[in-house]
Amino acid sequence: MTAASHDDLILEIANLSKSFGPVRALRGVGFQLRRGEIHALAGENGAGKSTLMNIIDGILRPDSGEIRLDGQPVTITSPAMAQTLGIGFVHQEIALCPDITVAENIFMAATNSSRALLMDFRGLERRAAEILRRLGDIDPAAPVRSLSISQQQLVEIAKALTLDCRVLILDEPTAALTEREAQILFEIMRTLAGQGISIIYISHRMVEIFDNCDRVTVLRDGQYIATMNVSETTTGEVVSAMVGRVIDSLYPPKLAEDERSGEIILDVRGLTDRQRYREVSFQLRKGEILGLAGLIGAGRTEIVKGICRLEGTVTGDVSLHGRVLHLAHYADSIAEGIVYLSEDRKGDGLFLDMSIAVNVSALSVEQVATRAGIIDDRRETEQAERLGGRLNLRYGHVGQPVSALSGGNQQKVAIAKMLSVSPKVIFLDEPTRGVDVGAKAEIHRILRDLARGGVGIVVISSELPELIGVCDRVLVVREGRIAGEVTDDEMTEDTIMYLASLGEQPPVAS
Amino acid sequence: MSTVTTPSGKDRGASGGILDTLRRLLRMRETGLVLIILALFIAMAFASPYFLTWNNMRAMAMAFAVEGVVVVGMTILLISGGIDLSVGSVTALAMVIAGLLFLNGIDPWVASGMAIAVCTAIGAAMGFFVTRVGLHHFIVSLAVMVIARGLCLLGTGGRPIGLYTLPPEFKFIGQGSIGVIPVVIVIFVVVVVVFDFLLRRTTMFRKVFYTGSNEKAAAYSGIRTKKVVFLTTTLCSTLCGVAGIIYMARFGSAQPTFGIGMELNVIAAAVIGGASLSGGSGTIFGAILGTILLSVVSSSLALLDVSVYWQDIIRGSILLTAVTIDHYLNKRRG
Ligand SMILES: Nc1ncnc2c1ncn2[C@@H]1O[C@H](COP(=O)(O)OP(=O)(O)OP(=O)(O)O)[C@@H](O)[C@H]1O
Ligand SMILES: [Mg+2]
Repeated sequence: MTAASHDDLILEIANLSKSFGPVRALRGVGFQLRRGEIHALAGENGAGKSTLMNIIDGILRPDSGEIRLDGQPVTITSPAMAQTLGIGFVHQEIALCPDITVAENIFMAATNSSRALLMDFRGLERRAAEILRRLGDIDPAAPVRSLSISQQQLVEIAKALTLDCRVLILDEPTAALTEREAQILFEIMRTLAGQGISIIYISHRMVEIFDNCDRVTVLRDGQYIATMNVSETTTGEVVSAMVGRVIDSLYPPKLAEDERSGEIILDVRGLTDRQRYREVSFQLRKGEILGLAGLIGAGRTEIVKGICRLEGTVTGDVSLHGRVLHLAHYADSIAEGIVYLSEDRKGDGLFLDMSIAVNVSALSVEQVATRAGIIDDRRETEQAERLGGRLNLRYGHVGQPVSALSGGNQQKVAIAKMLSVSPKVIFLDEPTRGVDVGAKAEIHRILRDLARGGVGIVVISSELPELIGVCDRVLVVREGRIAGEVTDDEMTEDTIMYLASLGEQPPVAS
Repeated sequence: MSTVTTPSGKDRGASGGILDTLRRLLRMRETGLVLIILALFIAMAFASPYFLTWNNMRAMAMAFAVEGVVVVGMTILLISGGIDLSVGSVTALAMVIAGLLFLNGIDPWVASGMAIAVCTAIGAAMGFFVTRVGLHHFIVSLAVMVIARGLCLLGTGGRPIGLYTLPPEFKFIGQGSIGVIPVVIVIFVVVVVVFDFLLRRTTMFRKVFYTGSNEKAAAYSGIRTKKVVFLTTTLCSTLCGVAGIIYMARFGSAQPTFGIGMELNVIAAAVIGGASLSGGSGTIFGAILGTILLSVVSSSLALLDVSVYWQDIIRGSILLTAVTIDHYLNKRRG
């Protein structure tokens, strides 16, 4: 392929640098975006992807470097200015106003610049409905607070779609979407590209990049590494460009036949919460990693939160190693060694303005304190450093606020927090959301090691390849009930999707 | 190893050399406040010969010491994400209740204990409305502020009650000295040191920071956040009770109109000292420096014969300046 002529380029970035204090997030990065292309941006957690996009959107100012739009040098000073230049941005972290309606959120930007004095709610809802129809089933009049994370993500996307942009930036949009919603998004992306809109697509999922993008640019440690045509490269090549070494396998080996034991760690019987799930029973065996699959809204998260007593009024028995537990509060659950990794790390997983060390010890500060309840700073620091090291956390020092970490590294802090109490059973809700390939492989390996060490592991994931790759057994949840179980050879995306949407096994192909 | 000042990430540094420690110290809000207070002292020493005298120092210290006890309670409450507008009237109510009981023949110590118990109960009631009913701190404490003041006026007919027969050993806590140090100041220092330590170092108070920083994340860490907020709300009122008793011993009377506008002073001091109104950060030491600053400014202005009206204007401006500077410092660090 020949180099693009300059007319082809809508956005050009040259020599861009940005530091946060001592952290050099970008070092002389270059990037070129053609008209009508879908251009993937790949790189490990903390490589500088979001920082680069934030600069393009005017949220951050570069220390040096140049941005050209349509060949003209521009200085973008605010997101509002980026918008008028035709740049739309769907952020990695959801930032909607929770108390107002979906429609109002979608048209926030438009309302902002409108001259009309009164809000035309009907009109807004009608127009919002039109856009949302393409994305899925969301009520434009519902307050955002009532939506699931994936629905909120769709609203973010809808918001960007209303802007009439020429450049659309999507920062890990699928991290919070189900397979099906993601497919809808990809269709929309292709349509937009067909209309000449350029899309920058950030994702840690190689499959998505290879299925949907034209080119891919790789960043590593704040530096530009390479731009490749997707049709002319391989996943392996992109991944090794990202991590600077070869990653052999994303998933650790599963339990061998003879390693399976009948020993039951956790036994859940007849778990019921009248509104959301009924009569849920399952067992978690020693050594295995159990997956929970299902469509968004099926009740997976609710069931798990119910077991931990995080929400709902729950009836039914939960026994750990054969002993029936009496849990009234999540604190009791933690004391028994049953912990839950939240799917919403920003909202309820982490204390963003507090330090890494303080976050890691939050589940049990008592652990890093003397018997009299005096916190020992040294032990707290050591604990964070030890767990951070185990998860390959990238950070300056454990006294940094978590908000200064990249998305994926924040997730590792959330996982470190779970591990800090040496749990017996861990429920992980989307454990690798927003985590890069290298770290993902690492988290999977850690989960496997924990399982081998006798810790019960239950994984909820909307990424089917992950469930299939990691789990020894998958339960499919549908409308608040367990619709079926798949193991070994049955564990395919088809079988799981079939069970999740229809509640039955697919007919055996002849 | 570095010393850690607060659990909020900002003040924690990596271990390093003396230079690092120094740099970190300079960035801390407390250092800035100490420097400002020192500068004020130096300026005032030149402006007024009376300023640096032992009598004036003592008077200034007495002025902020008792209020400082209330500031401690308010700071902890602010960190947990709450606020209390009723501190002034609850302090006055403690005085009035103890005073009336004493006049009715009850031993002053017992009367004081009962008054503090009533204040604690008031705090617990506010905590109930906030955590169980789900009302906002602001509204609940606004209502209690008015109710408690009403009770003060009702009990006394609006006039101060003189307590001439208070035994000397009781007056000692408000008027006596140990050596040259007034007892009031001893009490103040003890309360500050104890709570500063508790807040920085204990698991119990760490939970206050977690709750204020992100209540939902705290709940998802197994912390009983409602209990935490209930307790910080109650503690603040209890400390108001304690302050009220000290005031009574000091004045030898119960003043039903005492402490009007106190909440503004107390909140301002905590905020100047680094407490955030949105919860999750603040230190006792900082808040006390804030109290000292405001008090030194007030007495300086009084010494310089500046009109009381100007004093309010200046105090308000200091608050605004302090918060603005902090806002920008935080932004730069963030
Ligand atoms: N506000 C900030 N203050 C300090 N450091 C920051 C700040 N924002 C980002 N960084 C640092 O800059 C680097 C790049 O972060 P960035 O968020 O751009 O990574 P990313 O490639 O988007 O990663 P991820 O895949 O995890 O989202 C990281 O080392 C991060 O810790
Ligand atoms: Mg990012």
